[in-house]
Amino acid sequence: MIPGTVPTATTTRFDVDKVRRDFPILAQLVHGKRLVYLDNANTSQKPRAVIEALDRYYEEANANIHRATHMLSERATGAYEGARLKAQQFVNAPEVRAIILTRGTTDGINLVAQSYGRLVLKPGDEVLISWMEHHSNIVPWQLVCEQTGARLRVAPIDDRGELVVEEFERLLSDRTRIVAVAHVSNSLGTINPVRQIVELAHAKGAAVLVDGAQAAPHLPIDVQALDCDFYVLSGHKMYGPTATGLLYGRTELLERMPPYQGGGDMIQSVTFEKTTYNVLPYKFEAGTPNIAGVVGFGAAIDYLQSFDRAAVLEHEDALLGAATARVAEIPGTRIYGTAREKTGVLSFTLDGIHPHDAGTILDAEGVAVRSGQHCAQPVMDRFGVPATIRASFGIYNTIEDVAALVAALHKARTMFA
Amino acid sequence: MSDLNDLYQEVILDHNKRPRNYRTLEGANRRAEGFNPLCGDRLTLFLTIDDGVIREVAFQGSGCAISKASASLMTEALKGKSVAEAQALFERFHRMVTAPPDAPVEPLGKLSVFAGVREFPVRVKCASLAWHTMKAAVKQDKPEVVSTE
Repeated sequence: MIPGTVPTATTTRFDVDKVRRDFPILAQLVHGKRLVYLDNANTSQKPRAVIEALDRYYEEANANIHRATHMLSERATGAYEGARLKAQQFVNAPEVRAIILTRGTTDGINLVAQSYGRLVLKPGDEVLISWMEHHSNIVPWQLVCEQTGARLRVAPIDDRGELVVEEFERLLSDRTRIVAVAHVSNSLGTINPVRQIVELAHAKGAAVLVDGAQAAPHLPIDVQALDCDFYVLSGHKMYGPTATGLLYGRTELLERMPPYQGGGDMIQSVTFEKTTYNVLPYKFEAGTPNIAGVVGFGAAIDYLQSFDRAAVLEHEDALLGAATARVAEIPGTRIYGTAREKTGVLSFTLDGIHPHDAGTILDAEGVAVRSGQHCAQPVMDRFGVPATIRASFGIYNTIEDVAALVAALHKARTMFA
Repeated sequence: MSDLNDLYQEVILDHNKRPRNYRTLEGANRRAEGFNPLCGDRLTLFLTIDDGVIREVAFQGSGCAISKASASLMTEALKGKSVAEAQALFERFHRMVTAPPDAPVEPLGKLSVFAGVREFPVRVKCASLAWHTMKAAVKQDKPEVVSTE
């Protein structure tokens, strides 16, 4: 993003008006005003292609997967496994069996913490995370540390909201077994130097999990280029259904890991004496999954990949740049998260107006933002604020949305003057 | 939506800007902390209760305009009330902010300005945080953290 650049809707290489028509929900009025949806880091809206994929699945293919011999089951299995292939390509995983379909990022992190974490962590070992993590990349590690006697270490961030790499390096030790970091911060927008983090961690023999929840809708993801050991993301933040997502894992690690949950589909044979587990990826997919959701997740991947991703990112970053410049002009604003590499998120406060009040006033103007701690209480504490207002951008946002945000903020200031 | 001006009435904006009884209370014999994890609103309430009567009340903390003004107006309303009266007032306040939007507003003096909150369900917790904290404070001898969750 180039700060200060002010784009117009026509400078981008893709047609945002056409994109908006793909999202039925955007056509509505909220409190009599045009809906301006700037809460994309929380969850994204769904294009018609995804909504129709869910409908079509239930109308034409619904059955349980991997077990029955009838036509519908074959169709359902084909649709489900087809989505796994799309997911593999989306993150450029070397093998399809390295893709575990999950309920989302939180589910994926808990799986790795409980299965891999309990396998490798011994008393005195360490798990290293960063200060900018979402609660879902903190709490699962606290739980497994408690269970194993390992210690959670936290690498600091600087005033821009960037990871202090030297401190991170200093905190990496021979006892570090696992490093878990966000690809993109949900509260600050910082893009972490994941490739460098992985290199440093591997040099110490630690495995690296990357939380890609906020990166997935914006950045191309290549787990082989990143060389990470685990990568997790959520479907619902990238225009797919809720309760879908993927965990990529290096297959040699996934092979060694014990199952996370027991149940149907994850076994090969069960007797009361001994159960043998299924092969990858099914070993980690117990019970009937969210089949329709996964099919919709596949449709969301297709939707996103139908664009020139570089052009989408350029569009989103231009909006972030414009919003940053215009919000900064409002007297009494403070912006949190000014990393040199950032995307998607503008977090800020207004003097004398609590973010929660601003959120209500913005909502009355049709502008949906998140105000609060963004599931990142340590980040709020780090910057000494109880909460921030967060505007976050997606593929369908426009420069008019930025203008509506700024106008609504002015209205809030007038009200609280 | 209902008019924003129903929510952010002059009295509320004024108490947000200049909260009354906003200080620690020397010699308080009840103290409780309130916390709304949803938005991070946090307040500490101090009470001096003597012979079952609230003699002094003060608060400190950070929060949105609704929670701050509610705490401020509550401290004004409680001074001189018996514990039983304070608890009864809690019930009436709670009924007012959680009533359906079209229900008639029971007169509650200055506190009636919070009737507008009922049209903003996500803000009810902001208005009631101080009251929940008070309820805990009068019941307990030991300080404790109260949550609206």
